Order: sequence, then C-alpha cells, then structure tokens
Amino acid sequence: MMAERLQQICSAVVLILILALFGFLFWFALPVFINPNSSTFSLAWQPEQGQFGILSMLAASCLLGLVALIIALPVALGVCGFCQLEQYKKYSVWIRRLIRFMAGIPTVVYGIAAVFLLVPFIRETFNQGSGFSLLAASLMLVLLILPVMVMVLDAYCQPLTARLSQTAASMGFTSPQLLFHVTLPAAKPAICSAALLGFSRAIGDTLLPLMLAGNAPQLASSLFDSVRALTAHIGLVIATEHGSAEYNSLFAAGFLLLCINLFITLSVRKLGQSQQQGAGKKVRSDLALATTQVTNVNTSINTQSCSDNRQTT
Amino acid sequence: MNAKLFQLWCLMSVAILLLCLSLVIGFIVIKGAPTLGLSLYFGDTPMLEAILGLAPIWDGIWPACIGTISVVLGAISLAIVPGIATGIWLTYAKASIFKQALELSVVILAGVPSILMGLFGFTLIVLLRNTIAPSANSSLLLSSLCLAMLIIPYLSVTTRTALQALPKSLSICASALGMTPWQQQRYVLLPQAKKGIVSGVMLSIGRAAEDTAVIMLTGAVANAGLPGGIFERYEALPFTIFYFSSQYQSQTELNMAFGAALSLLCFTTIIFSSASAMARR
Repeated sequence: MMAERLQQICSAVVLILILALFGFLFWFALPVFINPNSSTFSLAWQPEQGQFGILSMLAASCLLGLVALIIALPVALGVCGFCQLEQYKKYSVWIRRLIRFMAGIPTVVYGIAAVFLLVPFIRETFNQGSGFSLLAASLMLVLLILPVMVMVLDAYCQPLTARLSQTAASMGFTSPQLLFHVTLPAAKPAICSAALLGFSRAIGDTLLPLMLAGNAPQLASSLFDSVRALTAHIGLVIATEHGSAEYNSLFAAGFLLLCINLFITLSVRKLGQSQQQGAGKKVRSDLALATTQVTNVNTSINTQSCSDNRQTT
Repeated sequence: MNAKLFQLWCLMSVAILLLCLSLVIGFIVIKGAPTLGLSLYFGDTPMLEAILGLAPIWDGIWPACIGTISVVLGAISLAIVPGIATGIWLTYAKASIFKQALELSVVILAGVPSILMGLFGFTLIVLLRNTIAPSANSSLLLSSLCLAMLIIPYLSVTTRTALQALPKSLSICASALGMTPWQQQRYVLLPQAKKGIVSGVMLSIGRAAEDTAVIMLTGAVANAGLPGGIFERYEALPFTIFYFSSQYQSQTELNMAFGAALSLLCFTTIIFSSASAMARR
C-alpha cells in the first residue's frame, strides 16, 4: 500500500513537472498573443526599429524539415527494404546494428564534422555564398533523422515480412517482389509515422541549424541561402543577450515549436492506435488479403512473362 | 521489373548511408586521434595535481569531462526514481483519467525538442529572480533538472516496456502463492525486468550526455574550470565542442574540439552499445 502510494506520488510529480513546462512556455508567450500591435508574427526582422518577426524562422524551420525529409524518406525506405530482402540477410544484422549506432551519435559531432567537411565542400563546389546554408543543415539533418525513420519502418516491416514470406514463396514470389508489391504498400501507415517523426526530429534539433545554417533571419530563395531556424533563434538570443525586447519573440518561437511537436506527436499516436485496432480486427483476414494481392500481382507477372516468352520465340 | 529497380535502390541507399557515415566518422577519427593523449585532457598541468584539483587546467578538456559527468549524474539521480516509478505505476495502475493524462503527457514530453527544456529552465530562473530569489542564476543544478525532464520519458517508457514483456503467468503464479501486489513487484516482477530497466537507464545516460541544447541555455560556459558546486556554472564536453568549433582562435583550440568530439563519440558509443547488448541478453 505504502509503495503504491509512493509510485502514485512520483507519477503526480512527473505530471506536475510536465504541466509546469507547458504552463511556463504558454504564460511567457502570452503577451505576444494578447498584444495586437506586436510585430512578432510578421516577416520583418529589424531590431533597430523594434521589429522582431519570427515568421521567417518558422518558414526556415519547416523548409529545413521538409528538405531533410524529402531526401531522407527514399533513403530510409531503401535501407529498410535492404533489411527485409532474403538474399542480404547476413548483412542486414550489421545494418541494423549500424542504425542503432547512428542513433547514439551526438548531434554536435555531426555538427563539427560538417563545419569542416561539408561546408567547405559546398562552398567550393557550388561557389555560392559561404557554404553555411539551408542545404548544409538539411543534409546533416538527414543523417540525424535516418535512424529514427528506419527503426520505425523496420519495426513494422520485419514481422510483416516474416509472416508473409512463406505464402509469398509458395506463390513463386521472389523476395524483392514481395517487398515491393506487398510489404511496402501495406506499410503505408508506418511510412506516414516515420515521415512525421523524422520531420519533428528535424524541426526540433538545435545544434545542426545553429552550426550550419548561417543564422540570417530571412526567407530563403535558394538552397544556398543562409537561414535561421526557430530552435537556433532561441539558442542564439539567450546565448548573446540578457533582458531585451527580443525575449518575447523567443517565447513565441518556443510556443510555436511546442505546438508543432504536440500536433505531430498526437497524429503519430492516432496513426499507431488506428494501426493497432486495424491489426486486431484483421489479423485473420490479413493473410487472405495478402494472398489475393499476391495472386493479382502474380497473374500480372505471369502474363508479362508470357508476353516476354512470345517475343523471344 | 519495378521490384528489381527497387532492389537496386535498396543497395544504393545502403551504399550512400555507409559512404556518408564513414566520411563523417572517419573525419572525426582522423582529426581527433592524433590529439588524444594526456595533454588533450590536462594541458600542461601534471596529471595527478589536475585530477586532485590542486592546479588549474588551462588547455585541456578535463574540466569539461568532469562537468559532463557531474551534470549527467545529477540528472540521473533526479530522474531515476520518478521515471521508473512512473513506468511501474503506468503498467499496473487501473484505468483512470489521471492515468490517461499521465500516459499522454509522457508521450508528448518524449517528443518535445530538447531546447524547450532549456527554455523552461531559463524561464524558471527568470521567474525565481523576479520573485523569491533575486540571486538565482543558471547553474549545474538547473541543468540537471532540465536534463532530468528530458530523460524521464525514456526511463518510464523503457521500464514499462520491460515490465509488459514479462509473461502474464509470472504475476498469476505469484498471486497464487499469496503475494501482495507490492511483494510481487519487489521480489518477482522487478528483478525479472531488471535488464530492460538497466538498459533504459544507460540509454538515458547517453541521451543526457550528448545533449547540447539544454545545457547551452541553462549554465554551461566555455571557461569555468572544474565545477565548483551545484550552484556554479560549469564546463561540459558537448558545449566545449560547439564553442571551440565556431570560435576557435588557434589550431590548438581546434584540435581540442576534435579530441573532445572523439572522446564524446567513444563515450556515447560505449554507453549505447552496452545498453543494447544488455537488452538483447
């Protein structure tokens, strides 16, 4: 009884801490929302005239996340696919280990490697600007979000492949065909969750944008422009100044970040729940469905090979 | 045909991944390995005096190492009891609104960017300064508190997963033997789930050690020497790397940054791989 009470108290403390976090950020961001003359939600960044608009930073954060996601998603699908393929089973163990290792690499290590490796490379190859750009930060963010995305995808695809592989083999499917025609289409919800999680990790990271994106508060017109992300803005302002009018923009930025991440977390949770419910209902029909899918694909393959044969003869 | 193409793409993306990763890691190792040595950690100060804190260390990262270790220890000691207790409670408590709220907020907290924890610590100090403690300042304790909030979700989620993975028969058998719920937890369930819980603790140690955003906002500075107390500012490895890589004034400082990066990388790799080894056994 005692112990249960203790656990309950600890849980209550945790809940209070979490609520305090939300409460504080909201409370400090409140002046921005109730003050109609505030220029915080604008594109203008002119500290001399007291205009601290953070919209350009919001745009920069979203852009960074999107560019990173566009590059990372195909690669993550490829790496996850590699781990499902029968003929590479020996190597896939090592790839999974590598992915886990990647998840543990500190972001600041990626940052310092990119400052002295990627940034000079971009500067010299494209000859545009200083190299501290949207592109540099996005490319490193790709490395940062890949492990999360691959892990989410793999956690969904691995049991699915294991379940379907015998049926598929009996229907004459090769392992790549199973992967491409059955597993991947079935993994759509997992792909959505992976993309959302990757995006939120990319938006939430501070160090890479701070070290690599150049931190100019402006709208980017090309990949080689310097931008300032919301997270980097918070880091920069606190590190450099104390007690100025910029503070409001700081809390507004924090609040925006919190809202974006809240939204993404809730959507991922919703996706996962609908997945589980769906899985519970159609555990038995799943195989039947997959079999019909397999048959459909198989007939199309057969007709294709028939026509191929005809051509060769 | 498409399947074949996709197989090719799989091979290619793995190749891209390996190439990029080996470039980054290789670069850090090549730049960092030559700097490894006593002078990287202690500068010109004799080692024994430096460790005992008798002489100040100027061109070394030893204070940063000690700072990181102490801030991580602080965070773990603050987070371990609430984190694990929340995990246990969430596994065994009956459904209620409080449980739902806690569950949801732990999930949300796990997704909150780390810089917001830092911002939280910062607002806390601002608030304290304006109200009850005018002399409050960012410090080792504040960083530990914010890092603790960062790792509480990891602790409770891993604890919960480890407990849920136990076979149902275990608790049924224990209650058949007449054990109370608390006795079951204390003598049967928790010892059985120990490995999962310990690996969760190690994961959170690694997570706390690598995070830079939080400590940047809550008290890490570039030049503080060995940490003087929990209300003092301190040096930390990730912050040293960040600071010297952007504001280095000499080749020595840059070398220190690379040496620190390699040390941090080794540290987190050891922590994370032993955590996953423990989880697998």
